[in-house]
Amino acid sequence: MQFTNRSNRILQPTKPWFVYLSLFIALILDYVPVASHSGMMPDWVALVLTFWCIREPLYIGMGVGFILGLLVDVGGTGPMGPHALAYVVLAFMANALARRVMWFPALLQALHVLPMLLIVQALMVGVRMVVGEEFPGWRYFLSSVVGTALWLPLTYLLLLPQFQPVNRDENRPI
Amino acid sequence: MPSADFQTHPVFKRGVAPHVRLLVYVTICVAMLVADLRLGYLESLREYLTTITYPMRMVAAEPVNLASNAAKYFSNLADSQFEQADFERLRIGTADRLLRFTALEQENEQLRKLLGMSKRVRTYSVAAEVLYSAPDPYSRKLILDQGKQEGVEPGLAVIDADGLLGQITRVYPIQSEVTLITDHNQSVPVQVERNGQRGVMSGAGQGKLELRFVLADADIKTGDRLLTSGLDGLFVPGLPVAIVESIERDVGAFARIACRPLGGVEESSHVLILSRAELPPPPPKPETGEPPLPPPLATKRDPDED
Repeated sequence: MQFTNRSNRILQPTKPWFVYLSLFIALILDYVPVASHSGMMPDWVALVLTFWCIREPLYIGMGVGFILGLLVDVGGTGPMGPHALAYVVLAFMANALARRVMWFPALLQALHVLPMLLIVQALMVGVRMVVGEEFPGWRYFLSSVVGTALWLPLTYLLLLPQFQPVNRDENRPI
Repeated sequence: MPSADFQTHPVFKRGVAPHVRLLVYVTICVAMLVADLRLGYLESLREYLTTITYPMRMVAAEPVNLASNAAKYFSNLADSQFEQADFERLRIGTADRLLRFTALEQENEQLRKLLGMSKRVRTYSVAAEVLYSAPDPYSRKLILDQGKQEGVEPGLAVIDADGLLGQITRVYPIQSEVTLITDHNQSVPVQVERNGQRGVMSGAGQGKLELRFVLADADIKTGDRLLTSGLDGLFVPGLPVAIVESIERDVGAFARIACRPLGGVEESSHVLILSRAELPPPPPKPETGEPPLPPPLATKRDPDED
């Protein structure tokens, strides 16, 4: 694994338990009951899921997205399904774009992530409005922008365990 | 050139194509949406998942509770004492009315019996605390800390000290969900306090209410108080709901009436779940000439109920 496909440094392989732990923490953050129509709280699960779908497209994909979507739906009060649907589509897009996105530096990766998050939100709004609920207002879409702005710090945070050297050597810091 | 029956063994296992998997998952999701919304098949799955995720949601709600309680926590002793004195004065002020209430209720019952009217329905109530408002941008809902174990049922009214807040729409074992009257999909049958004019109150989104299906020339004024009419058989009649704020009469057959909720719909932290303790109607009598079954419990316990 590399930081991006252009970097020379080879990172440690990702540990599965770390992937699932980060998704679990993101799920708890999504359960935090703040007014999500204010648009200041990003969709943490969508963000972390996108990250791992791009980094580990062979292991994290639509199945994980589906299960996480169901859990997020249960935490809310709406019907079962909108988040599951949105995250499945998100995982599909992120998996499909993974090999391309990995060639860009993190800031340009964020530009790939923004449209994906927006599509996912539009999908959810569409489903909920077909069902007959009120439009949450345009500020709702701001959370995608907030999420995009968090992409760079999140990349460093989630790659921290992989940055560890294999065996520490005082004389040869990598 | 390889023959037709020549089979290559793939070096990498690839599984089902991603497009096919996407299609399968999307189909499952849409099926779930329909099953949940139209048929209501998934309630048990939801209950199960809600119970599993309960600790996670409680952990997540903690920082928000902390933030909202911080001001209360750091208020000083003098403020608390003033507040307590206020409550004490309020309690004394309402005491005489409360003391007379029991006597009046008995008197009312006797008078009704004399007049041959049916009994006024009794109520029972469960006090509850608001855990948090649901993090859902599409609807106005609260989560309460009382559930099925305390006898909460879907359909009950939820009030605070000033008026109606909403209705219980979903009940979990230890929690329940209130849809506020300001929610888009919530309606309450109401009547005007001044003259008994009836109408249907609906949520208009963004914390507002709208009184619908009242004729343009109806006798209604700004400042009129609206009470529940009890026609739905769920809410106790006479609960204050809203106050009329503005009326537009020349927009069609019906007037457009905007209202403001009287209860602290978005800010209450302690609420009361209120039920009409109505006994179930007696079962229909058998049509055959046989002697009727022993009278049902309900009629035995309460012979005056019609």
